[in-house]
Amino acid sequence: MELRIDSIAVKRCRSLASAVVAPVSTFIAGHSTVAVERSVLRLLGIDGVGHDEIPLPNAILDDLAPERRGRGIALPFGRVLAETGLAPQAVAEGLAAGTLSLATFDDVPEVAARGALAPFVQSGLARVRAGRDRRVEMLARLPQTQAPLLYVIVASGNIYEDRSAAVAAAEAGAQIVAVIRSTGQSLLDFVPFGPTTEGFGGTYATQANFKIIRDALDEASERLGRYVMLTNYASGLCMPEIASMAAIERLDMLLNDSMYGILFRDINMKRTFVDQHFSRMLNAYSGIIINTGEDNYLTTADAVEQAPAVLASQFVNEEFAHRAGMPDRQIGLGDAYEIDPAIEDGFLHQVAQAQLARQIFPDSPLKYMPPTKHMTGDIFKGHLIDAMFNLTSVMTHQSIHLCGMLTEAIHTPFLGDRALAIENARYIMNTARHFGDEIEIKPGGRIEKRAHDVLAECEALLERVGETGLMSAIEKKFFADVSRPPEGGRGFDGVFAREPGYWNPFEETLQRELGLTAGAAR
Amino acid sequence: MSTIVKPYGDTLDDGKVQLSFTLPIEWSEAADEAARQLIAKMGFADVQVVEGRRIAKGFSFFVAYAATPQGIDVSSIKAPSAKEHAMSMEEVDAFVRERIGRNVRVAGACIGTDAHTVGIDAILNMKGYKGDYGLERYQTFETFNLGSQVAVEDLVRFAKEKHIDALLASQVVTQKGSDIKNFTALAELLEAEGLRDKVVLCCGGPRVTNLMAGELGYDAGFGRGTLPSEVAAFVAVTLAERAKATN
Repeated sequence: MELRIDSIAVKRCRSLASAVVAPVSTFIAGHSTVAVERSVLRLLGIDGVGHDEIPLPNAILDDLAPERRGRGIALPFGRVLAETGLAPQAVAEGLAAGTLSLATFDDVPEVAARGALAPFVQSGLARVRAGRDRRVEMLARLPQTQAPLLYVIVASGNIYEDRSAAVAAAEAGAQIVAVIRSTGQSLLDFVPFGPTTEGFGGTYATQANFKIIRDALDEASERLGRYVMLTNYASGLCMPEIASMAAIERLDMLLNDSMYGILFRDINMKRTFVDQHFSRMLNAYSGIIINTGEDNYLTTADAVEQAPAVLASQFVNEEFAHRAGMPDRQIGLGDAYEIDPAIEDGFLHQVAQAQLARQIFPDSPLKYMPPTKHMTGDIFKGHLIDAMFNLTSVMTHQSIHLCGMLTEAIHTPFLGDRALAIENARYIMNTARHFGDEIEIKPGGRIEKRAHDVLAECEALLERVGETGLMSAIEKKFFADVSRPPEGGRGFDGVFAREPGYWNPFEETLQRELGLTAGAAR
Repeated sequence: MSTIVKPYGDTLDDGKVQLSFTLPIEWSEAADEAARQLIAKMGFADVQVVEGRRIAKGFSFFVAYAATPQGIDVSSIKAPSAKEHAMSMEEVDAFVRERIGRNVRVAGACIGTDAHTVGIDAILNMKGYKGDYGLERYQTFETFNLGSQVAVEDLVRFAKEKHIDALLASQVVTQKGSDIKNFTALAELLEAEGLRDKVVLCCGGPRVTNLMAGELGYDAGFGRGTLPSEVAAFVAVTLAERAKATN
């Protein structure tokens, strides 16, 4: 099936999105954040915690006074490496313990610092490349089932329980497993360390936890003969650090949105824009598929009204991702099945929106999110709504399909809930596999008209955002009906202007490898 | 007349219920029998395991029907509702003007680490829920929505500084009893600060019941499906009753 859509309007939306993002790109190019600098340290191989459980990357940033951050962490850190001849981890431990101090190495020449760092920059990137190559090899040998790929979440709080649930879900047919983070982690300005067994509404994202699930899913992949993907969250105050850890531990997908944290977590917009850019460069290089968070517009406001905002956000996310060197095949734009089930022809609206995204972003691995807002304790009705969601997904060729749970409004899914959800999706997607290819959308009918209206309103919205400027538009409640001032929200104190001579060795290399011009602007 | 009732399948007092659950064992005929005997041990009769299958390595899922011998005397049940003062937005505004004579100051927040504002937003945001306007739209309410992940200390400080009349605490995440812990912490801190009697204290969330709220020391609890006007009416009526009691 094919919607007749106004291709000129689509082109105009793309150029409007580019105009919306361009001034933000200029801002990004002139700034860095503490999270970007900490991820530089993580990519150099630094891991672990010092006194008071403070992660070493945080301890090192703490040793660099705010007024000295303008040239980045790499040079001062490289000076210590050059002078002491120690490995990065040993230097990190020394700095955290106070036996070394960055300030005492200021006299070491810059060229020596760069030279001392070079082999570790190379080995850090080699590690990322090795993960990417391993994924390519495994996907070729252990092919996935056809799209929509079934995606489930596990969220017990205890990483070892999550491991059992992840393997069980893979056995039941899941192709992608996401470990939901503990609620509140997005607001921590550090990444917790080690395996964790306590969490609320989810399990902490830590490098050790990533590895535990990765190993279990690799084993399951080999046994099942299909590669099972692992997902976590590069969002919140530690976006680029999570992206580094995910690259190192070979996660396959990351939730990563250019505006989600600003709107829904009250994280400072400047912090988010700078962080998302570097995290997406890393994602691009590591072959990680991002999932954007447009579903959140629909869960917090009326889904029919918000459809144009979803599409506008998809254009903006795409533009930001392109500017970070991401190819379309790694940009999993989001949407969700959230229209009130009581609305007449709600299903037609859902099909219109999903098919519109499919045609506008033909090479994006679109992420389709299940109903949550209108799910109640009536699990029988919930299972039916999920079935309609599953049908929409398969007939409009969505790529990443988050399985809806019949117990959505009740508890974090039981093992049995997850199995029922996967069975529901497998049944519908099998019985209606080629339905979408066999039907035609009535020209000028309800579905086409709805798609046309959404696109037209999206274009108007992007025009208004372009005239106002993205940062100011966010302040003026253009998105999700919330106002966020440019210098308000969490994490603004971790944003700083780059001074002449700023150096981030990973950014420099990635820009070259990804074919980006220096300074983020295109 | 007896008020004892039993679950109803298709005949009065047949006691029929449906059950489904997972056992951490591989499926086999013996697993079906294990499920049947387990249900019998729960006290059910006429157990029929109508579906049993493997859902993962080492896990089996069952659907069963059975009859319970138990009944309940419905006349003995006490579950007070906080929603008995039904009024529309206009009626609440009129009631507040007449009986309280000043604007009511309401603050709401999703407390603790919970980031799910869907509940508190449905009650407070102008748009409201299911066509019922939120408290921000009430002419006689001055509303403060503090959003998500608000520490109880911050909420109490806010209540003190702004002379809040009614506090609405929301919890959606209930994992490992985090909701109860946070609700309790708020009630205790208000008590410690000597503010408890100065506010109408309400909690809300999909798992909240009015009965549970009472046990936690709250004035009311609002569960799934609650409309903003139901909360507004409760707050207005309770404030009016308190004002009368102190006069």
